[in-house]
Amino acid sequence: MAKVMTSGGEALIKALADENVDIIFGYPGGAALHIYDAIYQQDRVQHILVRHEQAATHAADGFARATGKPGVCLVTSGPGATNAITGIATAYMDSIPLVVISGQVPNHLIGTDAFQETDMMGISRPIVKHSFLVQKPEEIPVIVKKAFHIATSGRPGPVVIDVPKNLTDPNEKFEYKFPSDLYLRSFALYDEAENSEVKKAVKLLTEAERPVIYAGGGAINSNAAEEIYEFGKLMGCPVTNTLMGLGVYPASDEQFVGMLGMHGTYEANMVMHEADLIMAIGARFDDRITNNPNKFGLQAKKIHIDSDPSSIDKIIDVDVAMTGNAKKVISQINKELKAMNFDNKKFDGWMKKAMQWRAEHGLNHNMLDQKNPDDIILPQQVIQSAYKATHGKAFVTSDVGQHQMFAAQYYHFNEPRKWINSGGLGTMGFGLPAAMGVKFAFPDETVACITGEGSIQMCIQELSTCGQYGLPIKIINLNNRALGMVKQWQDMQYGGRYSSISYEDSLPDFIKLAESYGHVGMKVEKLSELESAMEECFALKDKLVFLDVYVDPDEHVYPMLKAGGDMSEMFLSKTEKTFE
Amino acid sequence: MNHIALLMENQPGALSRVIGLFSQRGYNIDSLSVAPTQDETLSRLTMTIGEEGADINQILKQLYKLVDVVMVQNLSEADALTLELAIIKLNKAKTDVEDLLNNYEFEREILDEKDNYTVFKVLGDTQEIEQLLSELKKEEFLEVTRSGTLGMTKGNESLATNDQTKISYD
Repeated sequence: MAKVMTSGGEALIKALADENVDIIFGYPGGAALHIYDAIYQQDRVQHILVRHEQAATHAADGFARATGKPGVCLVTSGPGATNAITGIATAYMDSIPLVVISGQVPNHLIGTDAFQETDMMGISRPIVKHSFLVQKPEEIPVIVKKAFHIATSGRPGPVVIDVPKNLTDPNEKFEYKFPSDLYLRSFALYDEAENSEVKKAVKLLTEAERPVIYAGGGAINSNAAEEIYEFGKLMGCPVTNTLMGLGVYPASDEQFVGMLGMHGTYEANMVMHEADLIMAIGARFDDRITNNPNKFGLQAKKIHIDSDPSSIDKIIDVDVAMTGNAKKVISQINKELKAMNFDNKKFDGWMKKAMQWRAEHGLNHNMLDQKNPDDIILPQQVIQSAYKATHGKAFVTSDVGQHQMFAAQYYHFNEPRKWINSGGLGTMGFGLPAAMGVKFAFPDETVACITGEGSIQMCIQELSTCGQYGLPIKIINLNNRALGMVKQWQDMQYGGRYSSISYEDSLPDFIKLAESYGHVGMKVEKLSELESAMEECFALKDKLVFLDVYVDPDEHVYPMLKAGGDMSEMFLSKTEKTFE
Repeated sequence: MNHIALLMENQPGALSRVIGLFSQRGYNIDSLSVAPTQDETLSRLTMTIGEEGADINQILKQLYKLVDVVMVQNLSEADALTLELAIIKLNKAKTDVEDLLNNYEFEREILDEKDNYTVFKVLGDTQEIEQLLSELKKEEFLEVTRSGTLGMTKGNESLATNDQTKISYD
């Protein structure tokens, strides 16, 4: 084969192409200009120009969550790099594979407080899985390959590649070689679980009386939905998903008891509290799940499958720990259960108990029928209406706050990778750019961003990007004229002292705002008009629609776990609670 | 007190990742020593973590998770040798220093002295060195510098590196 000579900038883009990257999200600037020139001179890798680097990272993140492939973004040094930080931290907390390429000032200026210089390696260190500072242009292809391998393998996460400008100089060419193999010293990956552990797990599962399957984001990352469904059916016991795991087990299945945790369903939290066996799959017992860890699952033995050994025994000590790929480990367990013809009838009574809890205090999924004389819209009704209009088939991204919890509770996700939200870091401003990433990945699918008037303003500038690339995203804005989740806490814990949660009359006219970017804006204030507006919004296939829905400003998200309590201690409404 | 031995890539940034992990996760390092090994691509660290209640297994797992960390071992759970070097400068005469050191077993050597000061080194167990330091009065010190604990396991085993993991693509 003929030698291919490239500059560092060209090598970087060529290596991305060799990693099968079709699309990158970014924003140019001085230190990245050689790279941008290389982008201009090829058409294999498409660059999407966002309006703020935070949006580049969230768009790449949304792309990654929806496709399972790594998301890629490119930013310049200094402010470009620091603007990307929130997005990198978001991906880190949710274990999302991201490769972030940042321009850096030329080598000879590093350390001199040069224009647009920031120590990206240092500033990103606590929120990356790994990072590289390129030292020689020739090593760019190998670094790119390592970065993709590290970002996507094991427990995925973001990887930063910091590239000094002089190493991308178009006048300095070298022979381009994309490596076929990689050498990484002691990079431990876990695949199948030890057979002895599988046997121990199966023994606990089959000897249990009240088991529950609790699956999280790691189950989605390892594409384990099919195996978990089979496992659920073999066990015939209640299944719950975390906020990050929604969709990995179909919400419409009779064994699904809904999301668990802080704003989980009554039945899911009761099942967790009363279970005698908790089977955690790709979930990490975080504080929004366990409530007080000292009161968590006291009656239960615990089995934990995770690709990251440091997640095991971190918060909750478990009886059987299986470090491995959830898809493979669950297959191993299913094989054992099938081989022994396990009869799950003994869990029927326990399953009935869960359904009884649902009957007592479960969520009402038919709220659209609840008319009221003032024709006020409840936020839950908006989600139910969106579900109805999209037949439950949309990709739904969200921001952070009450609308996020309502979406998680009331939009039933039957498939993984359809629900895309910032669970770990809780990043407001995530929803719109994430929806852009999803839309680029799946241009023919319906993509809705369920947001609030607080969150949407944190990356509202991306309406411009959506206009440039013609992205017909549906923005469903649950407008309660206040920072709803903060207000809820102030109601419940701060005596109704509403500190800094309202914007008085300074909210923009979202309709005019959307229109000024060339989009369609619609406003709904009456429940009687909600469903027709929602239908109209989703019927406008080729337009971005900003549907501004005025909802009851006083609504709270329930259930809500009592701080410091166990999982059975919940507020069920403004007047009801399960504890004294 | 836990002594941890760790091998990591001898690369810029690797040490800051290890150190950063401690502040990030809220653990304290009592002492740290680091230098390249016979294999110039690797550095070896010995760290002492004295914090009561620190979850040492969690620390070990988090350390091992770092891509630059090749191997990590808790020496406190192994049959291990540990050793520390201290250089101490006191405003005491040599004979006074010698009297003082007679109560201790560690190796010692006077390195520099005049009537009004003595510089000496001691080489030995960290706890014994700390005992000596605690016995001295504040006003007797001019300076002290310590290597931090160094350690390795007894016997013919070593904190071996795995061979490089080859990752092949189709």
